[in-house]
Amino acid sequence: MDLNLDAPHSMGTTIIGVTYNGGVVLGADSRTSTGMYVANRASDKITQLTDNVYVCRSGSAADSQVVSDYVRYFLHQHTIQLGQPATVKVSANLIRMLAYNNKNMLQTGLIVGGWDKYEGGKIYGIPLGGTVVEQPFAIGGSGSSYLYGFFDQAWKENMTKEEAEQLVVKAVSLAIARDGASGGVVRTVIINSEGVTRNFYPGDKLQLWHEELEPQNSLLDILNAASPEPMAM
Amino acid sequence: LVQFTIPIDNGDALKNAEADSQRTLYPYVTGTSIVAIKYKDGVLMASDMGGSYGSTLRYKNIERVKAIGKHSLLGASGEISDFQEILRYLDELVLNDNMWDDGNSLGPKEVHNYLTRVMYNRRNKFNPLWNTLVLGGVKNGESYLGMVSMIGVSFEDNHVATGFGNHLARPILRDEWRADLSFEDGVKLLEKCMRVLLYRDRSAINKLQIAKITEEGVTVSQPYSLKTFWEFQAFHNPTAGAQGSW
Repeated sequence: MDLNLDAPHSMGTTIIGVTYNGGVVLGADSRTSTGMYVANRASDKITQLTDNVYVCRSGSAADSQVVSDYVRYFLHQHTIQLGQPATVKVSANLIRMLAYNNKNMLQTGLIVGGWDKYEGGKIYGIPLGGTVVEQPFAIGGSGSSYLYGFFDQAWKENMTKEEAEQLVVKAVSLAIARDGASGGVVRTVIINSEGVTRNFYPGDKLQLWHEELEPQNSLLDILNAASPEPMAM
Repeated sequence: LVQFTIPIDNGDALKNAEADSQRTLYPYVTGTSIVAIKYKDGVLMASDMGGSYGSTLRYKNIERVKAIGKHSLLGASGEISDFQEILRYLDELVLNDNMWDDGNSLGPKEVHNYLTRVMYNRRNKFNPLWNTLVLGGVKNGESYLGMVSMIGVSFEDNHVATGFGNHLARPILRDEWRADLSFEDGVKLLEKCMRVLLYRDRSAINKLQIAKITEEGVTVSQPYSLKTFWEFQAFHNPTAGAQGSW
């Protein structure tokens, strides 16, 4: 069984961005793999670009990091020149510029989400190739394959902040259950006019899905809790 | 994802300047057919709102027909990011044209010619914009309809279609198109074509827009869906006489 430790670091990933009545909620898993080995089980794939705009990264870890680093740098200068916070649209277009013009070399899919005073909460999906698509919600990464049906059914317009965050956490958790390239914890970032809130949901805080069992400390606890002859035939 | 070239490994594109010189690429997010016809008052163009990612029907709200200036309509199939880039080029073209402030405006013939040059020159550099474009418009009472492919093949006609539309829609149009089609008949004809595409093109989705351009200007319809028919007797029990067949 070849672990292939020389394989490029790839974030299999599940990433999600959802708009709600007042802002956006971004969510992601935390697994970064090198071939079959989990190089980082607690990565943070939701990266800050400005005070009010964040990006969810998927695909090649290196490519997504360098693209977001460049865009953070450009946005910093843009904000100084503009004299006010950058808009989500400008952030998305800068990402698009790098993604499109380097489409031969890059392998990263991104979801840009944030809040600005002109348009409120907005989500932009930027898949491989550099297309920009403004959407009420976006999903990406290898884990997203398992979520198309889920969102088709569960997504509703004008959710509250709590509903939106619960939807995101549930979705990432479902994807983690089925996608080997996604795992670890669920991280969320909520952005609205009031500011930014980061949340963290470790595995044991999540709902159990089909064929998943309640985690235990040890078999011994189960044996002791059960009747005197639990191991008898 | 389909590969359209035999890969030559020139190494890492970041360190070796010619590593990606074997370009040609492959598309990622693609739009399917565009169908367009000239009619009595101008041009009608239909497209669905899908953006496919390989075999996944990933995006269902992509507008693939856009107004260009006052006199033209551009529809695109193929890679959506390249279409978005073409729209940027055209924005610049229209802006510069307006800056002359001489009362003249770009007509469909000029836009079509510009696009033909762009597509052909990119093809010559082995780095095509992966689109088939349909350009329709009306200027000074004259209707215009043409298309350009990713390899620079360019022509005008009374009715055009891209992708699957070439095989499924054009035969219908060859039979039923007339120069004096009314708006209603034109829409019904396009809907007939779009319904066949919906039945037979895997990458088609049931959400379409029909755009109209006349001397007065451009109108793009709201997104809507077509009814489909499944109640043929032959569909009810096709394998009754031959269990195991299809």
